[in-house]
Amino acid sequence: MSKLRTGSTWRARIRTAEDGLATGLAVLSTVLVVAPLVAIFVYLIYKGASSLNLAFFTQIPKPEGQEGGGMANAIVGSGVLLALASAIGVPIGIGGGIFLAEFGRGSKLANAVRFTADVLNGVPSIVMGVAIYALVVTPAMPFSAISGGLALGIMMIPTVTRTTEEMLLMVPHAVREAALALGVPNWRSVLSITVKTASPGIITGCMLAFARVAGETAPLIFTAFGNSNWSVALNQPISALPLEIYRYAISPYDDQHRQAWAAALVLVVLIVTAVSLVRYVASRGVLKGAS
Amino acid sequence: MTRIRFQQSLDELKENLLVMAGLAEQAIQRSIEAYRVRDLSICDLVSRSEIAINRLERDIDQAALDLLAMEQPMAIDLRFILSVIKINADLERVGDAAKAISDRVRSMEQMAVADLPVDIPRMASLAADMVRKSLQAFIEADAGMARTVLTMDDAVDAMNRAAYKSLTKVMEEESHLAPQALNALMIARNLERVADHATNIAEDVIFWVEGTDVRHHKSLKTAPDPHALG
Amino acid sequence: MGVGIEVTNLNAWYGANHTLQDINLNIPANHATALIGPSGCGKSTFVRCLNRMHETNPIARVTGTVRIGDLDIYTDAKPVEIRRRVGMVFQRPNPFPTMSIYDNVAAGLKLNGYSNHRVLDEIVERSLKDSALWEEVKDDLKKKSGASLSGGQQQRLCIARALAVDPEVLLMDEPASALDPVSTSKIEDLIFQLKSQYTIVIVTHNMQQAARVAEKTGFFLNGRMVEFDSTHKIFTNPSDKRTEDYITGRFG
Repeated sequence: MSKLRTGSTWRARIRTAEDGLATGLAVLSTVLVVAPLVAIFVYLIYKGASSLNLAFFTQIPKPEGQEGGGMANAIVGSGVLLALASAIGVPIGIGGGIFLAEFGRGSKLANAVRFTADVLNGVPSIVMGVAIYALVVTPAMPFSAISGGLALGIMMIPTVTRTTEEMLLMVPHAVREAALALGVPNWRSVLSITVKTASPGIITGCMLAFARVAGETAPLIFTAFGNSNWSVALNQPISALPLEIYRYAISPYDDQHRQAWAAALVLVVLIVTAVSLVRYVASRGVLKGAS
Repeated sequence: MTRIRFQQSLDELKENLLVMAGLAEQAIQRSIEAYRVRDLSICDLVSRSEIAINRLERDIDQAALDLLAMEQPMAIDLRFILSVIKINADLERVGDAAKAISDRVRSMEQMAVADLPVDIPRMASLAADMVRKSLQAFIEADAGMARTVLTMDDAVDAMNRAAYKSLTKVMEEESHLAPQALNALMIARNLERVADHATNIAEDVIFWVEGTDVRHHKSLKTAPDPHALG
Repeated sequence: MGVGIEVTNLNAWYGANHTLQDINLNIPANHATALIGPSGCGKSTFVRCLNRMHETNPIARVTGTVRIGDLDIYTDAKPVEIRRRVGMVFQRPNPFPTMSIYDNVAAGLKLNGYSNHRVLDEIVERSLKDSALWEEVKDDLKKKSGASLSGGQQQRLCIARALAVDPEVLLMDEPASALDPVSTSKIEDLIFQLKSQYTIVIVTHNMQQAARVAEKTGFFLNGRMVEFDSTHKIFTNPSDKRTEDYITGRFG
């Protein structure tokens, strides 16, 4: 049995060295990417965990100067704002994505919509806040949860739309044809077949958008404004974790700095939990093949 | 053109069949020559060529089978290969007939030459003509020429029937000539069969070239439907 | 029961490309008809004109008449209605990836509003039996997804899916070209059985397959139908030299 010819051993050694170098660089890049994330998380835990107590989760902020109190209202407030944002951003975003991928392909309207979404994506979040301030807060109602939810919702739309469009386009044409050949009307085929097939990707897109707006602070300054009392009324100013983190972090009181760290930790944990939960529920649903 | 190898195989098949045809034609000519001059050495030549014909028959059938299995021939190619297989069998029978004639000649060696009321050489020449023409039709893929062969069969049949009548009369009336007459009768019958084989070859050529099956056309027109019997 | 198809002066375009020119033919009911021809000759386009799938392409255009039974499919009905009466099976099996085997077969019915579970169960079972797949999947109907089956099984699943809506015509665009010989044989046997209930039109590159399953065969070339006759005649003694050149492989 003859050996495979592979060239001289000198060349072989160089190839092995190149291989090792490339692997090493890849590992190094991974470490460089993951390290800051891990570092932040660890630091958050270090600085904030000690301040987590029952009071933090159940009480509202104490008046300025006093120690103690919590961010219960901010946690709930963030939840309300994100629920509002999702209620606005997800349906409009998915609807837009479906339009771009399935019904408007090639039309001038579709190109305009796509362009608008891309531009909207690039608008700085503080500008968004100011815009909603001018359009909704000033004329219609003063600082409120609705305006905050609106700002965040609009910011979700471009991400959801573009991701939905991309995922729908990835559904093989053969699947669409199969549905059409059965005499299924086009709209039904899009919703029940194409969208369903692309749903894992669409859900990921919504998750991305959600995670992004969950941490936005600047738009909330001009819209939700913040509230040191319990309030879940939609037409009233409402508290939110990012807002409280901002305000407490720049305050002169150590106790509030402490609470700001705790709030930061809580915010990150809540986002990760929400995303994981949705992923889990979605994957269960897809495998079951609900019709 | 595509399928060059296949076309070459078909050409080769045709070549081999023509080699065999040449041997068969030559065998008939030699067997009648042996009868005419009563030369036993020519009979030996006929025996040897019959062996060669049989070997070729096997080789051609094998080649045809391979082409059918490997090349999935269609339409005219399929008809061609089918015709080759059938013509192959007919040519082998022609070779057998030639050997049978030369065997008759051998057994007539000790007998006196009798003047019999039958024109063997003329019958042979007609039969050989038919074979030659049917093979020419095959070489040139000429269905018209093949059709003319079909018309020549009647003449040979008539000569055979006449030979039968006159030779049986000889056997009854001049019994000392009976052995020669009997052998002559058998030679005549073999020549009639050669003519039949030539007719078959012509019919196969028509099937190949035109796609129509002209066999047994006379009898089939009036025959009952076999599926309706019993 | 199947119905006959009558095509008169059919012309089709993709944009400026005149893909089908003056097609005239009658496809007999309850028979299998094969369409053969070299790549790009228009046979797939033709078949897609029979269930109005051709026009799903925005630059497609059709003139002429196609009558299926007594219905002119371009003037008497909408595309969606036609496609319920004329089923289609594609070259590459395309079961719905997110659905179970049961849901795949029932898809044509469920998506058109049927919901009676007992009736659906019966139809699913009947369709899977008609497509010779029932025995292999009857225990996993709702547990396994359509995409988890082998290639040959997937194609039979697609056939079952098409049969479930009870069409009168079944169009098959090279249904076995992506399958191994055993699966191909199974599909061909299936076509033989289905002929008695449906009118089948099968596009195929495989001439031996056309010869095995179809009573009539049409030869397409450059957008025209060159010859349409009994399969026996086409493959033993075709009338047109172009047909003969194609089937003997002497093309080009």
